[in-house]
Amino acid sequence: MSEKPRLTYINGRGRMESIRWLLAAAGVEFEEIFLQTREQLLKLGQDGSLMFHQLPLVEIDGMKLVQCRAILSYIAGKYNLYGKDLKERALIDMYVEGISDLMQLILMFPFSPPEAKEKNIATISEKATERYFPVFEKVLKQHGQDFLVGNRFSWADVQLMEAILAVEEKVPSVLSGFPQLQAFKTKMSNMPTIKKFLQPGSPRKPPPDENYVATVMKIFKLD
Amino acid sequence: MSGKPVLHYVSVRGRMEPVKWLLAAAGVEFEERILKTKDDLQKLRTDGCLLFQQVPMVEIDGMKLVQTRAILNYIAGKYNLYGKDLKERALIDMYVEGMADLYDIIMNHDFKPANEKEKDLANIMDKATNRYLPVFEKVLKDHGHDFLVGNKLSRADVNLLETILMVEEFKPDALAKFPLLQSFKARMSNIPSIKKFLQPGSPRKPPLQEKDIPNLLAIFS
Repeated sequence: MSEKPRLTYINGRGRMESIRWLLAAAGVEFEEIFLQTREQLLKLGQDGSLMFHQLPLVEIDGMKLVQCRAILSYIAGKYNLYGKDLKERALIDMYVEGISDLMQLILMFPFSPPEAKEKNIATISEKATERYFPVFEKVLKQHGQDFLVGNRFSWADVQLMEAILAVEEKVPSVLSGFPQLQAFKTKMSNMPTIKKFLQPGSPRKPPPDENYVATVMKIFKLD
Repeated sequence: MSGKPVLHYVSVRGRMEPVKWLLAAAGVEFEERILKTKDDLQKLRTDGCLLFQQVPMVEIDGMKLVQTRAILNYIAGKYNLYGKDLKERALIDMYVEGMADLYDIIMNHDFKPANEKEKDLANIMDKATNRYLPVFEKVLKDHGHDFLVGNKLSRADVNLLETILMVEEFKPDALAKFPLLQSFKARMSNIPSIKKFLQPGSPRKPPLQEKDIPNLLAIFS
């Protein structure tokens, strides 16, 4: 099947952004459908398109994939971004899961009340600079290679790049103590597929704003 | 390296229980190092054993694996419980991730304040019986096989049995409307490695007791 993957979500980053990053980094063009009403979401559920009645949904290779990690793992495996063996995959999984914990704070941030926002930024900054970034700084320093795992571009590199940029949007100087990560960010930015994704007009979505929050609340009816 | 895997965690189910299920189902014996105090956790941290300063951590094949999903993925891959190709893996991943969402709300239930517990329990049962269990009932019905994916035992089956048993701990007749899940449960429970894990004296942990909570909070504070 040579059709492009089709992504169904809302017009915002949310839980689909990591998937957009990975497809883009792999040089894979894709189509997007943006839901605007709750009725559209419910209809998808009734059509049987959504296994657990949730988004994201990615239609790829004849499958209707849901659940971010299932989608990301499939893309990583298909486009050879998942290491060369089980042990490299384990390293990539550890790195990706750690970064995902950090990204969860960023994902939830727009939904925190105004009075909690300053504290939440402090938490993001603390976790990034004390728990997560030091790990990757050390990994890069120890093996001296350009990529995190196996001297080869992988899902872990894409995820780290996404996380660095997302944290920098909240904490602009966050990389100041991390020279390896600064060099990593530069190298990633210059990879042709990523460079293209970072340019205006790409499928990359802007940081969440009030409009995004309102759309999420309306369509997903968060408890 | 032929040593047994070593599991580092606290004494309760928490995030390590699915790992025990999977190892047990694969017929793999393992050792456990139970953290009893905050000092135990701190020692692991200062020894540099925990990549992100967190448990679960599993020592296996010369690695110190952290992050539950990384651990489970490795075990599933190593013991051929992860499907035969990318597409089967995608199906398994979808099923497992759905169950992980349910597992999270079940795990968090014990930590809800008393006045929220009833509503939370209703939410758990609603999600279990209306969102998750029907999916697996339908999967089994549509293909008529004994196992969820590829007509072969996989981590998704192990995970589903664990999930069913946990839901039944809340409501013993939770499977009343799901005849295929009932027979799935019976079949799976009779697989020798799983049958062994379900017997008293196995590494399987009981449900969390309220009296355990203060110590847990102290360890992870």
